[in-house]
Amino acid sequence: MEVIRSQKRTASNDVVSNPKIPLYLTAPQMEVRLEEFELFAIDRLRVLKGVSDGLARGKNPKEMDEVVNTLWKENMRHSDASEMVNKDIISHFVLRLVYCRSDELKKWFLSMETALFRHRFRLQNLEAQRAIVGEFGLPYKAVTGAELESLKERLGQVVRSLGQISPSVEAVYYKVPFEEVPDLVAGRRVLIQKGYAFVAGSQLVSLVVTQFRSHISKALILTNRKWTTTIREREKDRLTPIVEALSTTYLGPDYSQSSEYADISLKDIDQVSKSSFPLCMRHLFEKLREDHHLKHGGRMQLGLFLKGVGLKLDDALAFWRAEFSKKVGSERFDKEYAYGIRHNYGKEGKRTDYTPYACQKIISSAPGAGDHHGCPYRHFSEDNLRAALGRMGLSSRGMEDVMDKVRNKHYQLACTLTFEAVYGTSCDAGINHPNQYFEESQKILKSKTPAAPV
Amino acid sequence: MLMLAVIDGKHPGCDDYYFGRREFSFTLENDVYLRYKSFKSASALEHAIKSCFPYKIDIGAVYSVDPDKRHAYSQTGTNVFTPVERELVFDIDITDYDDVRYCCSGADVCSKCWPLMTVAIKVIHTSLKEDFGFKHILWVFSGRRGVHCWVCDPKARRMTNEQRSAVAEYFRVYKGNENNARKVALMSYSLHPFLARSYVDFLKGFFEGELQENQSIFSTKDKYDKILEMMSDEDIQSELREKWEKSANRSSLSEEAISLVRWEQLKNTLQSKKHKAPTLRMCVEEIVFTFTYPRIDLEVSKQMNHLLKAPFCVHPKTGRVCVPIDPNNCDEFDPLAVPTLSQLIEEINSGGSKMDVDDDDDDDDTSLLGKSIKFFRSSFLEPLLKSCKEEIENSYKTKIGKSKDSFSW
Repeated sequence: MEVIRSQKRTASNDVVSNPKIPLYLTAPQMEVRLEEFELFAIDRLRVLKGVSDGLARGKNPKEMDEVVNTLWKENMRHSDASEMVNKDIISHFVLRLVYCRSDELKKWFLSMETALFRHRFRLQNLEAQRAIVGEFGLPYKAVTGAELESLKERLGQVVRSLGQISPSVEAVYYKVPFEEVPDLVAGRRVLIQKGYAFVAGSQLVSLVVTQFRSHISKALILTNRKWTTTIREREKDRLTPIVEALSTTYLGPDYSQSSEYADISLKDIDQVSKSSFPLCMRHLFEKLREDHHLKHGGRMQLGLFLKGVGLKLDDALAFWRAEFSKKVGSERFDKEYAYGIRHNYGKEGKRTDYTPYACQKIISSAPGAGDHHGCPYRHFSEDNLRAALGRMGLSSRGMEDVMDKVRNKHYQLACTLTFEAVYGTSCDAGINHPNQYFEESQKILKSKTPAAPV
Repeated sequence: MLMLAVIDGKHPGCDDYYFGRREFSFTLENDVYLRYKSFKSASALEHAIKSCFPYKIDIGAVYSVDPDKRHAYSQTGTNVFTPVERELVFDIDITDYDDVRYCCSGADVCSKCWPLMTVAIKVIHTSLKEDFGFKHILWVFSGRRGVHCWVCDPKARRMTNEQRSAVAEYFRVYKGNENNARKVALMSYSLHPFLARSYVDFLKGFFEGELQENQSIFSTKDKYDKILEMMSDEDIQSELREKWEKSANRSSLSEEAISLVRWEQLKNTLQSKKHKAPTLRMCVEEIVFTFTYPRIDLEVSKQMNHLLKAPFCVHPKTGRVCVPIDPNNCDEFDPLAVPTLSQLIEEINSGGSKMDVDDDDDDDDTSLLGKSIKFFRSSFLEPLLKSCKEEIENSYKTKIGKSKDSFSW
């Protein structure tokens, strides 16, 4: 890809690939105007950010298909079909440069591009999908004849186990090593036998998405290498400033550095937990006070939240120690738990300063026996959730609104409604991070407290 | 010290460089924990063990470079310190079943609740073999209250974290904790073939037989209330509750018999009412799964860098040796009859049987660990070594073949 300043693009070398979704396998041989370099990237970034938002709000796959369709139309459309494809390819490769530069950026980009690809794929018809599968050059054969017959009954069981009453076993199944379709395996959505998964035609998405993801992941590592060794220096007066600016604009605050609204001390902590903690953290905090213990998941979720809220390491150690020593004794605390807390603050091991978990991460966690972490809107039974909301002071009307959101799996919207009910104000941005809930809450409470008389 | 013979073989040291890249961790007295230990050979490992006397030894992954030299390599570029191979491992701990066993809790285990581990082994082992096609599977007693599973097939060792996570999720049925009443939700019209096979071959029989005998899960109000709460229909709950409250004092039957009678009543009631709601369709199965289906610790299996206690180690708190368990005979395994360190010391001191670890033909070997070591060697180690050799030979042949091809044009 060559970036130039000329007005017109030279037509002959443009690559117009046949499948509707390019696979971004190789950098295109074309010339790109400098203005397009940045503009195309920004448009694609709007799409990726929209995907990220949709996922954070817990939209189901069908809803996400719609989201992607709309976003793509609004931002990436072009009257000329070949121009549209070019924009698609160019914007992807520009963003690769932007997002290859750190692990966190890579992870975000990989997740969003994979989700984007998945939903664009789902929107294609079967024939287009098969063509794309072909593009990947996957060697999987269709299962036919006697082998298919012998599997029919169990394939039917799989279909019925996924919720459809009539065992409509599909016409085409592919025999694929189970390693290639981890998400289908995880969800028990395929029959597995002797190391092979039998993937239905309609489940092809999974197959290609895994391939796509794997390819992009590897590509990002190579791009990073190229960037750090040659491109960044060579382009320091032209492309580098654009690349560096593009990534910072669009990622939300990570709350790893506490702000003016978040600086609490030990003596305030009980009171603050009742007044400003979101439900998930309140529950963990209460359980900690009650049981004088929390399992690992809970310690991480609450511990990092408290760090984001401004609890300093020494105070944190004192806090956890005071609680845990009631159950396991202070010696055992020092031996077994203190290290973990210091680790969270970046004082041990590879010294990463861990960031507090955002809602998306908390919602997708899997609390098990004895755990209290996770998102109450998702992980609590209805009765328990109602009781907890009652303790937060919600009226029965308010509670119904919240429960309605929960039933529709809009957990963050439920939390937002709770926030609005508790503080009597609207929260247009929507809650997507527990520390955000805390800071917004503190803002409101502090603005209500009259200034002390001089 | 005994397990040294074992370690030597366990890590197919076909490649000297391979053994050196395996991470070990030692836990010393005073809970000093030493990670990222690595050794050039089995004798180096033996030497370190003899000088440090760790009371716990864990085995980790094989990394891209020797763990104890990891700081010499930069974190970026091509020489990153990262796991390269690691067995697929599972950890099942009976404390995760505390809500469904009434004989013990916490670290205790007895002959009434141990069968939960036995049935877990059967379910998981069958699936690993039949569904995933794995061949080299080692089950080990964890020394106190659970079992570990080591899947050592080459393709298992090379699995990525995402693939491991997928297998762990495939095995996951029980979701939740005290915050939700119904922890197994099997909605829909049929069970996935894996769950169906587990239910028919192992779980149903276990639930209605051994589990009821040992735990009598319907015999008292506390016990049956817990089960009634799993049913989403209040009418059915109250119908059964009433019936059972009435019969509570009048019966002269044993706890076990009462429990069985109530189970039959529950099944009959559900059979006639199951069309009332989708959540009732699989209620019977859900109850069986809740009580009997394996509960693995997902975090242990998901990541390559997770360390796990070495087989044949001695458990620091019980003194018992972490011996292998034969999955084809796991009904016979008794955790309370496993040799302890003190028994072994006595055996050595009394100069008893020769305990010649290299002599496989000794059928009269009555030493405490003789049988375990023999089983380990013949059922697990030898087939594994054989398959590793084959793999090396095959890849060598392919290499030779390729280099031959390059000459033709």
